[in-house]
Amino acid sequence: MTDVLIVPTGIANVASVEAAFRRLGANPRLCDDKAAIASAAAVVLPGVGTFGAGMQRLSELDLVAPLRDRIRAGFPTLAICLGLQLLARGSAESPGVTGLGILDATITRLPATVRVPQLGWNHVEPNGTGALEAGLAVFANTYCLESAPLGWTAATTNYGTRFVSALARGAVLACQFHPEISGDYGQRLLGRWLETALETV
Amino acid sequence: MVLPRLIPCLDCRDGRVVKGVRFQGLRDAGDPRERAARYDADGADELVLLDVSATPEGREAALDTVRRVREVLTIPLTVGGGVRTIADAERLLAAGADRVAVNTAAVQRPELLTQISTRLGTQCTVLALDAARPAAQGGATPEPEVPEFEVVVQSGRVRTGRSALEWATAATAAGAGEILLTSWDRDGTRTGYDLELIRAICEACTVPVIASGGAATARDLTAAIRAGASAVLVASMLHDGDTTVNAIKSELADTGVEIRR
Repeated sequence: MTDVLIVPTGIANVASVEAAFRRLGANPRLCDDKAAIASAAAVVLPGVGTFGAGMQRLSELDLVAPLRDRIRAGFPTLAICLGLQLLARGSAESPGVTGLGILDATITRLPATVRVPQLGWNHVEPNGTGALEAGLAVFANTYCLESAPLGWTAATTNYGTRFVSALARGAVLACQFHPEISGDYGQRLLGRWLETALETV
Repeated sequence: MVLPRLIPCLDCRDGRVVKGVRFQGLRDAGDPRERAARYDADGADELVLLDVSATPEGREAALDTVRRVREVLTIPLTVGGGVRTIADAERLLAAGADRVAVNTAAVQRPELLTQISTRLGTQCTVLALDAARPAAQGGATPEPEVPEFEVVVQSGRVRTGRSALEWATAATAAGAGEILLTSWDRDGTRTGYDLELIRAICEACTVPVIASGGAATARDLTAAIRAGASAVLVASMLHDGDTTVNAIKSELADTGVEIRR
């Protein structure tokens, strides 16, 4: 069974992430060990709460550098929801807080013309061919990444504005939506990412 | 755009699904895990699980129910009922909930919404708002200070005298990221949603609103969505077995509502 290490960024819906990976036959577990996170075959960065609280937690656990290094090196990593936003340089949600800085971008708030948070199923539309599949996925977000950085395959979604709903580069996958609770679409995405992770190791 | 959601609701007590009328006269409606798996496979967009137990043993059983449901459920799960502290909310999330709904305790202590949303995010924080129209006054004109829609708590047993509109606004300012709006007058009656209530609450606040209480037909669901609801909650319609999630969605699509199929 493949070990999937989940970074404990908070409580949130980690149980849902674990359940989804168990259904795929993997062995998910929470892990805050620096060395393990740096070298593991598959790491998940789930997101909960605010940008500032998420970065504070990563700092306290001394996981900022190991995560940044493994993602830059292309080690299999899945960032979910706030996890995607933490890859940016910063966020309007927590001004002054420095993110992981892997994406040269700042996270912004969804426009005031729509009900926020965005809750529910929305269309994920890949910009090109590749790892990302078109379909419906579950969102729960107030903030978003507005445009895709160079060097990543992207999918976008429309909610008051068009925003980046997923990014992929090799075995690194970042989703603004929640694949763990996105039905068959989400299970397929997690399954493909696990396969990629196994091939990469 | 984000699609309107069809959300089956499981009222659970001591590990079983139950259903009553106006929160009373509960009758058995099956095993929650079995129900959850069926609704998921049948195309439900989310699931709401409300624990209507009144005892500590019942609360423990509810946590176990959430764990069992989570194993099989591939869609979002909101759990409510008896959430009185941040610790209660965290226990539910640890068991497998994606969001928690707070009702009576939030009316008594709105800061609970702030605590939960600060720690878990507004998208995790659902306000369960039970609203009732004023009780009949024996033909007399209602008192002017009686709000058009009144917050009721403790499963509808206590009328607070507080305006539901004012509370919806205050609760979202305190941190609620969604409102599960139940019409106490319509709950379990299958006489259609209280559309005026839905319209009023949707105008009063900017978070998504789930309409609940009274749905009998797909036409009722369409009307609630047109009135501004982001989601519709159904219980009696499904538990009685006279229709399915899939059939309801087909009917919704036929009425021109774009919905996930």
